[in-house]
Amino acid sequence: MNYIEHVGKYFIMLKEVFKRPQKGKVFYEALFREIEELGLKSLGIIMFISFFIGGVIALQTALNLDGAFIPKSLIGFAAKRSIILEFAPTFCSIILAGKVGSYITSSIGTMKVTEQIDALDVMGINSLNYLVLPKVIATVFFYPFLIILGMCIGIFGGWLAGVFSGLFSGVDYIEGLRTDFKPFFVVYAVIKTLVFAFLISTVPSYHGYYVKGGSIAVGKASTQAVVWTTILIVIANYLLTQMLLT
Amino acid sequence: MIEVKDLRKGFGDVQVLKGISTTFHAGKTNLIIGQSGAGKTVFLKSLIGLHKPEGGSISFDGKINTEFSIEQKRQWRQEIGMVFQGSALFDSQTVEENVMFPLKMFTEQSYQTMLERVNFVLNRVNLEDSNDKLPAELSGGMQKRVAIARAIVMKPKYLFCDEPNSGLDPQTATVIDNLIQEITDEYQITTVINTHDMNSVMEIGEKIIFLKDGRKEWEGSSEDMFKTDNEAVVDFVYSSNLFKKVREAYLNETK
Repeated sequence: MNYIEHVGKYFIMLKEVFKRPQKGKVFYEALFREIEELGLKSLGIIMFISFFIGGVIALQTALNLDGAFIPKSLIGFAAKRSIILEFAPTFCSIILAGKVGSYITSSIGTMKVTEQIDALDVMGINSLNYLVLPKVIATVFFYPFLIILGMCIGIFGGWLAGVFSGLFSGVDYIEGLRTDFKPFFVVYAVIKTLVFAFLISTVPSYHGYYVKGGSIAVGKASTQAVVWTTILIVIANYLLTQMLLT
Repeated sequence: MIEVKDLRKGFGDVQVLKGISTTFHAGKTNLIIGQSGAGKTVFLKSLIGLHKPEGGSISFDGKINTEFSIEQKRQWRQEIGMVFQGSALFDSQTVEENVMFPLKMFTEQSYQTMLERVNFVLNRVNLEDSNDKLPAELSGGMQKRVAIARAIVMKPKYLFCDEPNSGLDPQTATVIDNLIQEITDEYQITTVINTHDMNSVMEIGEKIIFLKDGRKEWEGSSEDMFKTDNEAVVDFVYSSNLFKKVREAYLNETK
């Protein structure tokens, strides 16, 4: 199957996904389960990574801006911009593509090869709608909060790294954070996150749903899903930056 | 009653079903047998609508399934119960949730009413006190019984089973066979079973269809099977010495 066929099949899948759920109560139960599984269970890793990445960004910036005429507040300013614009939305989404993407593909793929999806179809349930829509809504709804949390923790990590290393003072760092703060950059990051969340939920679902074979095929599909989701996030990141910031 | 007329289905250049016609009556256990690759699973999946036939027709109580409106199709789906080869239980759900799932999806019953029905069908398949267990905590035979309970919870008119005995020991296989036959008699369901198990054929085969290379080679009852001189059937069914001896004994007795 060539790439164009895959793209066509992906959009046909989306058409089935975005139909009205057959039973509201069952849909909401599935939605809350997915919010817990795909969102709340990712809190730990996002907080951990954001904290240390924020620290590294602040330290790297401090070590590279050592001129006598460069104000120390520039470290906080640069760290803030890097974290809000790029590291929180893009880096965290790539981490989530690995963690959540492989989970989605393997869970749907296993359902496929063990005929659980056939069982849903025989009952007259739109299996794509039942399995994928709650995942899409859960990620699109929850990931912006996750990424904003990642931003805050990253910035805090930068402050803590500076204070403990003695490379810059907390006052300078906070002054840098306050300098030229543009709320649109947070909006831009959230828009990116919404698009990435959509990709993180739908691309792995596609790979899982159309898997053929057994457990090895599910494993290969998981790898493929993570690779393709990452590629698409990087491309979408470029296009969105081009559209929204230039 | 299910009536199949000249059913054809292929995948690419490979023609799997080459014009099968037969009738399955209500209240009877109908068995489909044949070698691996004969087209049994494709035939069964075509009956339940998982494969779209390329030619021919399948009618359920006189109504052709490809001509159903969306509402009729939804109704028809709820009249079908299916037991998959690997049970196909939802592994993230408990036994109770698995069996209750069709009720939650298609009825407006209260939780208490649904629970009563779930407990009733679980008792019917002799699975008490397993409501809170996950499928992974059950033996193969118990998983099959949960799958049967889930298949009959909506009181289906048609029950389809794909290799219900695969991977089970002979004793458990007999329990499953008897259970399917009892349910068929009790609720007057049209039951179609895909099997390789010759014990099942002898025990519960009220009507047997033998498929070979995508065609119906033979059909009849288990008694007819003893008497048949169809070479393909004899070679397949009596390939083991035990069944050969059983057949010889039967034929000597009825001479």
